[in-house]
Amino acid sequence: MVVTGREGAPVVMLAHGFGCDQNMWRLVVPALAREFTVVLFDHVGAGRSDLSAWNPRRYATLDGYAEDVVEICVELAVGPVTFVGHSVSSMIGVLAAARRPELFDRLVLLTPSPCYLEDGDYHGGFSAADIDELLASLESNYLGWSATMAPVIMGNPDRPELGEELTNSFCRTDPDIARSFARATFLSDNRADLARVRVPTLVVECSNDAIAPTGVGTFVQASIPGSELVTLTATGHCPQLSAPEATAAAIVAFAGTGR
Amino acid sequence: MGESGGDAVCADSDDQFPFAALLEDSLEDLYENAPCGYLSTLLDGQIAKINATLLGWLGYRPEDLVGRRRFADLLTVGGRIYHETHFAPLLRMQGEVSGIALELKAADGTRLPVLVTSTVRSGSDGQPLLIRTTIFDARDRRAYETELLRARQESERERERLQRLTTALQRTLLPPVLPPVPGLEVAAHYHIASPDEVGGDFYDLFPLAAGAWGLFLGDVRGKGAAAAAVTSLVRYTLRAAAVYDPDPAAVLANLNTVLCTEYRDYEPRFCTVIFGLLVPDADAGGFTLALASGGHPPALLLRADGTVTCLPTPGGQLIGVLPDARISTTRGRLAPGDTLLLYTDGLTEARTAGAGHRRYGDDALFDLAAGLAPTTAAAAVDALIGLLNSFGDGLDDDTAVLAISADS
Repeated sequence: MVVTGREGAPVVMLAHGFGCDQNMWRLVVPALAREFTVVLFDHVGAGRSDLSAWNPRRYATLDGYAEDVVEICVELAVGPVTFVGHSVSSMIGVLAAARRPELFDRLVLLTPSPCYLEDGDYHGGFSAADIDELLASLESNYLGWSATMAPVIMGNPDRPELGEELTNSFCRTDPDIARSFARATFLSDNRADLARVRVPTLVVECSNDAIAPTGVGTFVQASIPGSELVTLTATGHCPQLSAPEATAAAIVAFAGTGR
Repeated sequence: MGESGGDAVCADSDDQFPFAALLEDSLEDLYENAPCGYLSTLLDGQIAKINATLLGWLGYRPEDLVGRRRFADLLTVGGRIYHETHFAPLLRMQGEVSGIALELKAADGTRLPVLVTSTVRSGSDGQPLLIRTTIFDARDRRAYETELLRARQESERERERLQRLTTALQRTLLPPVLPPVPGLEVAAHYHIASPDEVGGDFYDLFPLAAGAWGLFLGDVRGKGAAAAAVTSLVRYTLRAAAVYDPDPAAVLANLNTVLCTEYRDYEPRFCTVIFGLLVPDADAGGFTLALASGGHPPALLLRADGTVTCLPTPGGQLIGVLPDARISTTRGRLAPGDTLLLYTDGLTEARTAGAGHRRYGDDALFDLAAGLAPTTAAAAVDALIGLLNSFGDGLDDDTAVLAISADS
């Protein structure tokens, strides 16, 4: 876990999605750090997280990850935070906020999707066969990574700059954990959980997102009472990389209001 | 190339013309018909330029793709998710990504396994302008990788099977639970060094006639199936021999004869072992104790008064090597509140975590026991489990401990 930014300022917690680690936020952290105390962390199995904390049962569904977020908030003990969750972490935030609303001041859901699978009138964008294909992609790309790269996964917590020099180290996760996280992510259905959110919520979607198709952002906004929707003119699923200024501005505008 | 390369340079320029003519190259031809797919995209993935090789593989015309489709549109859906969650973020963060395995979807729906490498091309001001991507046909390589993956998964399944088998075998060599003994508390622990191999340590506690109890603990040389077979033979021989004649020295002498005879024509199979006979002491309370040892580390007696005694059994020889192995014996008492501690040398030969990685050693164990006494069997074994865990990787051999205390 990394804490940076303005000391004593309101706390913004940034949670990365499936695929990479907290480095995903590097382009928006400087802008956010001017206004907030910024808390960054890696989900278990990603980045420099402690692999020994992994437990296949706990992390078979998103609830285990939500429990981790709650634990981090409790441990930080800085009062309610603004939780910014990217991709699957947006639903992790929804679950955490539904469980312990007093720990959360606001939620920012960045390119969220409560359900990736097609289901009748709901267009999540993917079929179960697509998800199997993804798992196959993970298998083929981890082939050369597993054994020799283990030391890199463990990382050098004391000297993060060492990690950054290693090619592809950002997105390197333990293959077994990545498969499990992929299943927990893409087979989750959190549509019913959205209505339980009682925390002021901002939904941020991209105009052209291959993972959370147009319409899903609107669905999320309509399902969470009193939430707002911002559509960024950005391509892809990671606006914090493709449109960092606009992403940071949306977070600052929402999290900074009324303070 | 050194200074003396003048002749070579002349020769090169002489050759230049015929080579160029032979190659019939143009930059355009080098690009369009390169032996790999080549495409340029805008930062949002929009295809700006694509070479003839890749168009040929995919079965598209340039106008189908240029300005109309994104690179991710050429991928399978699963590959697109991988692209969005891994490939694209990596490319943004480090400016290049190489050797990523993906599948392209051709116009006719067929799939082409490829290896993709992308670099971000920046302008003179350092601002990223576009992405260049090379694509290599990876059909053969993917088939090979699939085979590797299958073999790896198979070997993982085999290893799990072996571990289950090993665990089951190991369990048959140890008593599932030690029997409750009137007037005694017993506890034991077995540390398995490798889940892949059956270890050679063993122990047991069993009733004999007239309220007496036999006990033993030992270590068969070697590991694996061959050692397990010897362990099994040793265990049943000791129990049978003790019924025949419970005198500890006689029990070990009989075991020695059996091992020497059994393996007479093969590589000798031997063990160190300590055998004990506990007989209730109706007059003084507690038990009388007779021990015999064949080359095994001495037992420790942690007394009720807080002192520790070594029960020396010097000079005993390995069981199963010589026809007349010397067996060393000793006698003592397990008075109320006393604890008898037996162990195999995995414990004392473990390397400590501290500087120098010294062997733990007999003296350190004696000191630890002195700190524990007076104690009970369960507390003593708990303390030793804690000690074993503290060794970490320094504990590379199987280790058995057995503790027996007389009720106070």
